[in-house]
Amino acid sequence: MPTLAHYLIVSGLLFSIGLGGVLLRRNILIIFMGLELMLNAANLSLVAFSRFNLLADGMPNYNAQVLVFFIITVAAAEVAVGLAIIVALFRAKQTTHVEDLNTLKF
Amino acid sequence: MQLVLFSIFSLLMLAFALGVVLLRNPVSCAMSLVMSFVALAAVFITLDAYFIAVVQVLVYAGAVMVLFLFIIMLLDLREEKRRRVRLSAWVGGGLVVGGFLAALIQVISALPALNVTKPVISQPLANDVAQVGFALFRNFNLPFQIIGVLLLVSTVGVVLLSKKELK
Repeated sequence: MPTLAHYLIVSGLLFSIGLGGVLLRRNILIIFMGLELMLNAANLSLVAFSRFNLLADGMPNYNAQVLVFFIITVAAAEVAVGLAIIVALFRAKQTTHVEDLNTLKF
Repeated sequence: MQLVLFSIFSLLMLAFALGVVLLRNPVSCAMSLVMSFVALAAVFITLDAYFIAVVQVLVYAGAVMVLFLFIIMLLDLREEKRRRVRLSAWVGGGLVVGGFLAALIQVISALPALNVTKPVISQPLANDVAQVGFALFRNFNLPFQIIGVLLLVSTVGVVLLSKKELK
């Protein structure tokens, strides 16, 4: 049987892969995908904690799953707004490469 | 058996997540992300969170990824040109990620309380959707309404951002 530590380590690995994508990739869309991976890692650890900490009546702690539901909703809203900003940025600059977007750089 | 299924799906999920980070073509990255989300939904099912697994497939692998692919097609992104690899960025990024992972694994292995197998649910056949729905509408009704307003605001914001010229 997988233990809670297994789930947390998988969640940490997923978060690290997402963080690596955000730090290393130069395409702004792929950076966005890395953010999604990190949000999913948080969801995985929340669901794991909900399943492993049963309430007094022997059922999973559904409050954590409600929080995951909220995170998924906010992530969907974030993707919509973020992609609209990326499209507006592409219209203005004709690029999605972050190294070409340096007009605010001091 | 549980451990085998858990290992298969988490390895699949991590492999496809690595594909997102390593592949060069944005469309391959997006498809890899879809597979990663579907494998994550399977991992949710090993945790008896059926509702979350279904929502994960519907919202993430469905709606969000369609939006991503649509934008990739709209912007007509080609395979990235091989630019000069910045060694400092890779060393810095590798250090941050490796440090985080090392700290996390040290903490997890130092806590014996995490080394527990899944406790048995008292009613394993209870309706998962109903349980989440009760929690959502009884205990978290106000946050639920606020999330609705947030979705409305983000929709209006996207429409405004997508206008040709802002006034």
